[in-house]
Order: sequence, then C-alpha cells, then structure tokens
Amino acid sequence: MAMMSSGGAFFLGFIVSTCTFYLFPMEAPLYKNLHKLDMLVPSMNNLKVENESLNWKVGGPALINLEHPHLKAGKDSSVADDIYNKVRILCWVMTCPSNLEKKARHIKATWSRHCNTVIFMSSIDNPSFPTIGLNVTEGRDQLYWKTIRALHYLEQHHLNEADWFLKADDDTFVIVENLRWILANYTPEVPIYFGRRFRPFIRQGYMSGGAGYVLSKGALQRFVEGFRTNVCSHTSSVEDVALGQCMEKMGVQAGDSRDSLLRETFHPVVPEILLAGKFTRSLMYRIYCYYPTVEGPQCCSDLAVSFHYVSAELMYILEYYTHHLRAYGYQYRYNPRLPDNYTRLLAH
Amino acid sequence: MPHAPAERVHKMYSEGGSFMKGMLLGGIFCIVATLLSSFNFGHQQHTDHHNHHHVNAPSKEELLRLPEHKRIELSQNIRVYCVILVEPKDLAYWAAVRETWSKHCDKAEFYSSEEVKVFESVSVETKDPWIMLRKALKHAFDNAKDHKWYFIARPTTFAIIENLKYLLLNKDPDQPFYLGHMVKSGDLEFIELSGGIVLSSEALKRLVGVLGDSSKCPEQGRMIWKLPEDKELAVCLKYTGVFAENAEDTEGKDIFNAKSVNSLINEAMAQTPQEVAESCCSDVAVTFNGHSPNNMHVMMFGVYRLRPFGHKFHDSLVFLPPKDSDND
Repeated sequence: MAMMSSGGAFFLGFIVSTCTFYLFPMEAPLYKNLHKLDMLVPSMNNLKVENESLNWKVGGPALINLEHPHLKAGKDSSVADDIYNKVRILCWVMTCPSNLEKKARHIKATWSRHCNTVIFMSSIDNPSFPTIGLNVTEGRDQLYWKTIRALHYLEQHHLNEADWFLKADDDTFVIVENLRWILANYTPEVPIYFGRRFRPFIRQGYMSGGAGYVLSKGALQRFVEGFRTNVCSHTSSVEDVALGQCMEKMGVQAGDSRDSLLRETFHPVVPEILLAGKFTRSLMYRIYCYYPTVEGPQCCSDLAVSFHYVSAELMYILEYYTHHLRAYGYQYRYNPRLPDNYTRLLAH
Repeated sequence: MPHAPAERVHKMYSEGGSFMKGMLLGGIFCIVATLLSSFNFGHQQHTDHHNHHHVNAPSKEELLRLPEHKRIELSQNIRVYCVILVEPKDLAYWAAVRETWSKHCDKAEFYSSEEVKVFESVSVETKDPWIMLRKALKHAFDNAKDHKWYFIARPTTFAIIENLKYLLLNKDPDQPFYLGHMVKSGDLEFIELSGGIVLSSEALKRLVGVLGDSSKCPEQGRMIWKLPEDKELAVCLKYTGVFAENAEDTEGKDIFNAKSVNSLINEAMAQTPQEVAESCCSDVAVTFNGHSPNNMHVMMFGVYRLRPFGHKFHDSLVFLPPKDSDND
C-alpha cells in the first residue's frame, strides 16, 4: 500500500476543501446574513402587536392599551408617543350582538388598537368579546337611547381615564393619531366637540353620527348634566341631530375639525366616493356640509381622521395604506407642525 | 514487516494532520476569494445565475455603507423610463394611469395599438401583443438611452416608482437585470407583465440585439400556438443570457404583485386573521394589478398622502413630489 507523503496529503486536503466550497455556493449565506439584522428587529415588534394579551389589559369590558403599538421598526415615533400620553382618547364603538363577528371584530383587529382605551357598546353584555350591554333593544329607533346610556356609562365609570371620548359606528374607520393632532390644540376641560359638521336643523350645526364624533371631557360632563337637569331629553331617535340639540342647549361648542389648509378630516363616506366620484357635486351633499365643499383630491386632508360605510375588507386595506404602505424617501407636500396650544397639555 | 505498528500509526496521524491542515487552508482560501470577488466585481454571481432567483431591496446596513453624498447623488441620478402598453379599450385605465402613478416616472410613454384622439401616445400600429412589446422596447431603446432602467406595465398596473428606485439603488444597470413578479411555467421562468417588468440598460441592449434574429426571437413567436408576450420575452432574453429574478423585501415578501391589494388582503383575512395588514403585502411594494380606475385614485391618496401624524422615517434616499400635480 503506497503511503502518501505529508505534502501530498496537505495538497489533497486543499483540493477537497476548495471543491467542496464551490459546489455549495458561499455567497448565499453571506448575502443573507446582511439582512438578518434587519429582519430581527421588525419581528420583535410584530410579536408585541399580534399577541393581544401581552399589551392589552382587560379592565372589565374596556380594553386598556398598555403600550402604543409600534408597527414598524426603523422609524422615529417620538412625537406620536408624546401626544399619546397628552391627548388620551377613549374610543367607544356602537355595535350589536349580530355584528360582533361580522364587523366589530375587524375594528378590534385594526384601528381600535391605536386608542388609549376602547369599549364596544352593545345591547347585551358579552364578557368574552368584550362588550357592554346598555339595557336597550336593537333598532334604528333605539339609536339615541343607546347613545344616552353609553355617555352616562362613560361619565360614571371612565371620566378620569381619558381626555376625549370618541364615538364610532361598527362601520367607521378611524385614524386615531390624526384625531390626536387636531385635539392637541384644545384643553379637555373646555366643552367642545368635533366631527364632520353638518348645517341643517341646528343653528351651530351638528356632527354626523356615521363619520364619528368626539366629545371633550367638559362636553361629556355637560351632556350628563343636561339630562340631570332636564334641559336635554330623548327628543328624537335621529341620534346625531338629537345629540347636536343637547350640545347646543348646554353651551358645548361645535368645533371646526378641518386641517390647516381647511380640508375636511372626518368623512361620512368611503375614500373612493370623495376622491374619484362626482358625489361632492350633489346638491344634497352641498346643502348638508357646514363648510364649502371641495371636489377632487383636496376634498380630504392628508391627515384624515375617519371614513364611514367601511366594509371589513376595506378596514384592513385602509390600515395597510395608513400604517404600512408608503413611498420610500418621499417628501410629503403637506408638513404641518404640532398646534400652538400643545405646550399647555400635560402628560399622564 | 516494513514498519512497526506504532510508527505506522504515527505516520497516519501526521498525514491526516497534513490533510486537515490542507482542508483548513483550502476553506480559508475560498472564503477570502468569495469576499474579494463580491467586493470587487459585485456581479460574478451572475455567472452562477440559475442558483440565485431572488433579488432583495437594499438593507439599512447596505445603504449606510454608502457615504451620504453618494446616496443623494443616487436619489437624483437613478432614472426610470416607463413603458405602458395600451389599447383604445383600456381608455378608463389609461386615464387613471396618466393622472396617477405615471407622473412619478422620470419619463412615461404610452405605446398604443393605434392612435387615439384623446391622449398622446406612440402608435405601434399593431394589435398583436408580442409585436407591440417588441416595437415598444425597440422605441424605448432608440429614444431613451439616458434612462438606465426600463419599467414595462399594463394600464391595469399601479406602480410606486420611488419604491422601485429603492430596490434598484444598489444595482448596476450595466449588468443584465430582468426583475418583477416571477412565475414558473414548466421549464420557463418569466416575469408577469401585469405585475410590471424591470429591465436594466444592459438587458434591454441584449434584447434589442436578438430581436432581429428570427431563429431565436421571431415576430410570430417560436411555438405553433401563440405564447403570451411576457413568456416570449423571457425566451428571447434567455438566449442572451438574461434570466428572470423575483424581487423581495428584507422580510421575504414579494415587492411586485400581479394581484390587487383587495385580493391579497382577502387572502390574508383567511390565512392570518390576527395580522392581516401586517402580513398581506410589503411596506415597500412596487406594484399591484387589477385595481379599478377609481381605486387607483384611492391608492394614490393612500401611498403619497394618507398617514398617521407623529412618525418620521429616516430614509436614506430623498424623492421630491413632481411638478404640476395635486393628488400626491
């Protein structure tokens, strides 16, 4: 048996090793490693959002957000974080037992996660969803009773948890961060409320129910006080108009929710109708809107707050457009700053 | 016996040791050679092309390796020429594309099967999709050489050109790139036209070079039956050594989509109901396909305007809004 010399063995080892490495390309693992760092960080943040029990504390029927969800790494959210603590919003969603799986569930999975607290209001208690039962029956004629009961409930149990109280339907989509930007110019003790302002029936106008409306703490207290003193009562079942009546009687100001370029932020329909349709030309719409209507892209603020008649599928699409999809590196045309009165607000 | 057993074992160990040392040195040599080649030539991997079918958007680490002035220079210098293939029946989509995303191309040209009064276009005077594509690409090559990247789409496609530039940032257009949403059909890997096709300067040059060769790339197509034009393109490019590559973001999600956002969201609602918007699609997606003209206006709003207040991105590139536009 011929024994190889040491040098020969060395040479053979070198050849074997070289051939092995070229059969299995080295480049792929090297190249992939560059991306591993980037992949690690987003996946850590994703964990926090997807596992609900980790960052939501269930306080009875209310879901209290322990941590503002940061949905993506690689961005600076310090302004959003600061506002989150200074403009606390309690979102309450009007729903009913038959809509929990069809509609309310999708709100729970999307925009309501951005509220400081969210409460789903229904006619029947449901501890597992969770929802509160408001001691009413369901139906269009019960809508204002539901609102009255809901606002009383909030005043009684949650008054000091939040600065502002937002009402939404189970087919309303809300961008809560943009609502905070508007409200940052006001102190919550002032009795004022915001929404998509309509002109008819009430002298100072009223806020569309479907587009969502938000009451300051002061406004909520005045509403409840109005019922206690019989200044306000169940005048009709048209919820938004009736509420508007009570607000006016109790001296709660109807606020202007438009952005600094006077573009609307709360919307009573889906984006497609306002951006692409001729809807804004309709006489009915122009009569109803308190402020002058604008056709085309300037109908709507970049910092839109709400849309209405949003299907389940559109909830997720809007969540994707708002919080995920973007044009990398793009410099926005509209770059508003925090409002002047923001410095007056205190963190909680 | 020629050697004592102890001596023989000792000899085996020393030869084994030499062998191991040889292997170790060989391994180190290979690693060093690979690292050197990936820095100096950057694209030697293309000779081993069929092993790499994925192209990724640059990671933060890669971008930060480029000095600041280089990044700004790149933002301004990377220029995309958009080729949009239309027919009169596509008028509503054509209008939507004109009013929306095509404004973000450095130059967008509509290639139409015939002249249309309402909109400007380059007429290729044929209804045959493959001949249309050939003529359009030849025209692009002849007239737009200063653009280093070519993006081909249908009017049902919606594209975010800034995200395309982000993907292409660290890629050399003098190398053959043929990117998009890749589909495998039998042996052929091709890029779906509806999801957008990206060709580098070099890839287009090679294609134009082979267009005249009727044995490799004939006008009537190579099969007895007609192949769709995106497959024909893949076959011709293959002859020139240019292969299709799928593009993915740093999380492995497709950047080019031949489906609409609605379609992808519906899939995610069924598969991952707890994180639909997070998992359906890439944050830096370049294309979607199949949106109605109205929905393209919504997407324009969604991409370039709608956002939550209070977040700032520290992006390594800077893209300014185009002139004479108000829906972005």
